[in-house]
Amino acid sequence: MDFRFTEEQEGLRQEVRGFLEEEIRRGTFEPKCDVWMTGHSLELTRKIAERGWIGMICPKEYGGQGRSWVDRLIVTEEMLRYGAPTALHWFGDRQVGRCLLAYGDEEQKREFLPKIIKGEAFFALGMSEPEAGSDLASLKTRAIEDGDDYIIDGQKVWTTGQLRNYIYLLARTDPEAVKHRGISEFIIDLSTPGVTMHPIMTIAGEEEFNEVFFDNVRVSKKCLIGEKNRGWYQIASQLDYERTGIERLMGNYPLFEALIQFVREAKRNGKPLSEDIIVRDKLAQLRIEFEVGRLFAYWTTMMLDEGRVPNWEAAMSKAYSTTFQKRLASVAMEIMGLYGQLMTESRLSPIRGLASHSYLASRSYSLQGGTTEIMKNIIAQRGLGLPKG
Amino acid sequence: MDCNLSEEQEMLKTMARDFLSEKSPKTLVAEMEEDEKGYPPQLWREMAELGWMGLVLPEEYGGSDMSFLDLSVLLEEMGRACLPGPFLPTVVLGGLPILDIGSEEQKQEYLPKIASGEAIFTLALTESSAKYAAASIAVKATADDGAFIIDGIKLFVPDAHIADYLLCVARTGGQEKAEDGITIFVVDAKSPGISSAVLKTIAKDKLCEVVFNGVRVPEENILGQLHNGWSGVQKIVERAAVAKCCEMLGGLRQVLEMTVDYAKERVQFDRPIGSFQIIQHHCADMATDVEGLWATTYQAAWRMSEGLPCTEEAAIAKAWAGSASERVITLAHQIHGAIGFTMDHDLHFYTMRGKAAAVSFGDAAFCQEIVAQEMRLSSADHGP
Repeated sequence: MDFRFTEEQEGLRQEVRGFLEEEIRRGTFEPKCDVWMTGHSLELTRKIAERGWIGMICPKEYGGQGRSWVDRLIVTEEMLRYGAPTALHWFGDRQVGRCLLAYGDEEQKREFLPKIIKGEAFFALGMSEPEAGSDLASLKTRAIEDGDDYIIDGQKVWTTGQLRNYIYLLARTDPEAVKHRGISEFIIDLSTPGVTMHPIMTIAGEEEFNEVFFDNVRVSKKCLIGEKNRGWYQIASQLDYERTGIERLMGNYPLFEALIQFVREAKRNGKPLSEDIIVRDKLAQLRIEFEVGRLFAYWTTMMLDEGRVPNWEAAMSKAYSTTFQKRLASVAMEIMGLYGQLMTESRLSPIRGLASHSYLASRSYSLQGGTTEIMKNIIAQRGLGLPKG
Repeated sequence: MDCNLSEEQEMLKTMARDFLSEKSPKTLVAEMEEDEKGYPPQLWREMAELGWMGLVLPEEYGGSDMSFLDLSVLLEEMGRACLPGPFLPTVVLGGLPILDIGSEEQKQEYLPKIASGEAIFTLALTESSAKYAAASIAVKATADDGAFIIDGIKLFVPDAHIADYLLCVARTGGQEKAEDGITIFVVDAKSPGISSAVLKTIAKDKLCEVVFNGVRVPEENILGQLHNGWSGVQKIVERAAVAKCCEMLGGLRQVLEMTVDYAKERVQFDRPIGSFQIIQHHCADMATDVEGLWATTYQAAWRMSEGLPCTEEAAIAKAWAGSASERVITLAHQIHGAIGFTMDHDLHFYTMRGKAAAVSFGDAAFCQEIVAQEMRLSSADHGP
């Protein structure tokens, strides 16, 4: 047992911090919450790619560095800590690259991995549909074989997002097969004729989610990833990767820092807020809960480096961590009192409206990427062996 | 980075679990709750023979020179088994403080006795204010011709009624600042003027009221420095908190397993109750609490084992332990239904011990205040 980082890892962390602090000084970005979903900056993505911090785990033969998942965790942890806009490359880095390594053929790996690593390939995730949310396997979007092509028809929803050039797609390639036995994975160029994307406005005032319509879209069979009709089994571990990330814990970390700073400086009735027992208690509880989430992220990531895929562990980490984020936003609004309701645009907000914005955005944390309810089913059934109902 | 136990630690764990499930079954645990001493001397001897008391003591004193992390693995299994007796007090409240702060003479005098199982130790710290703060120490030690006379009452002292020695934390000065003027004394339990009475507690764990009435202790029995004992006391409490977390973790793992097993077996409405979603989600919540306890406890234990500062990590672990324990035990009772409410069923052992553990060596308020200070919220927190 050893919780120490190597010298190299400590160095990597300091390097990333130094880089981000410099970019903030230069005005490239301002720290925000949810940057891995809503923070798009081509400039920053390119700079991060130049430093080799995208697709770090990819083998060197494809332009990656063959580094560990813990190394990647360190980089992403700092990106989130500083609220850096990294949405463009996040999904490619987190899961699509790894999906290609596991199931892509050589041509596909050589096509996409270098682009992911260079910060040129940006992926939307086309999974959920209007009638297929938690019951993802009931999806209806079809991909029917036609010569050397597939013809895709259907609709996706809650697809992140705009400004992407590719969509990772789950579609039904065998409508006769039982539910999860007829699904396949594709990577489709979003500029393919017949694909249209329309943003959805969320209560947080963001448009990271979209409806995507596929109307008679013809794509080459080369877009199929892995085996036809085996998509469901292929995506199983991709979802585990999706749930392992520390973004589930630190998406609204800039709010945590801003809140702590606010408490350090503010006074109420002439007395420092930092000496108020109730406020100290609330912040201490958040700190304790955060630490558990941080350890969960490292635990599940260490499993990845051991060559094991965390399944119920990732579900546990995601469910727990998103609960933390929601509670952070809620407690922040409590502590800020009347000021908590001021939005980003208000000049009176002591913390740039981060609390109210994150409160609204956080309603979705326990839904996206697998609802907390589904996560608990996984923990119970896969982790504890409890029988299905 | 690696969060796995070593092969040797896994072996220690397995061996301890097998030994304790055989030698410390729940029938023995129940018996010891009513027993006057509260532990079986035969089992104590066998544990000593296995080298458990001396596990973390240096070889020169009869120990095995193993690490605090190794001890944590052992403590976890002891918690799982609800092992009765003065192991934690003797090793963590007696042995390790003497190893840390004692003079060479004191180490040679006491540590071999601990390693051999010959001597039982405990720590007499808390008093009527029931807090772990320096200002709470009122038991006095007055200098008197090469000795000190101790007067006052200590409360919640584990196993004082059977201890051979008590480490007594007393006030020798500190009129201006409470933290100054605290001294630790090694007190022979046979000294005239000491009387211990076992308190009736929820866990039946032999916590005692100890009255010191003109107890004479030679100067040589000061552990560490006169008046400068408080920082040593804080370290003892911190380490005891982590040790307690290990015990709690073992207990809660067992509670989770018992509960899941029950949910798989108990049939109502023609199906195992574990197939109902609410039961599944309760179990998922319990598992999350237990894994959170595992992660925070072993982070603190590892740091302690490596000699790294761990005040924040220990406070986080202990705070989590208390609240997680409450949630896990509550859900365990819900899932077990009425049967878990009977003395026949084993759940009560964990329910009672859980509550006692939650307030020992730092309750939620104490630990959260430490965490708040570590966050440097107020300028008063920015101290050295």
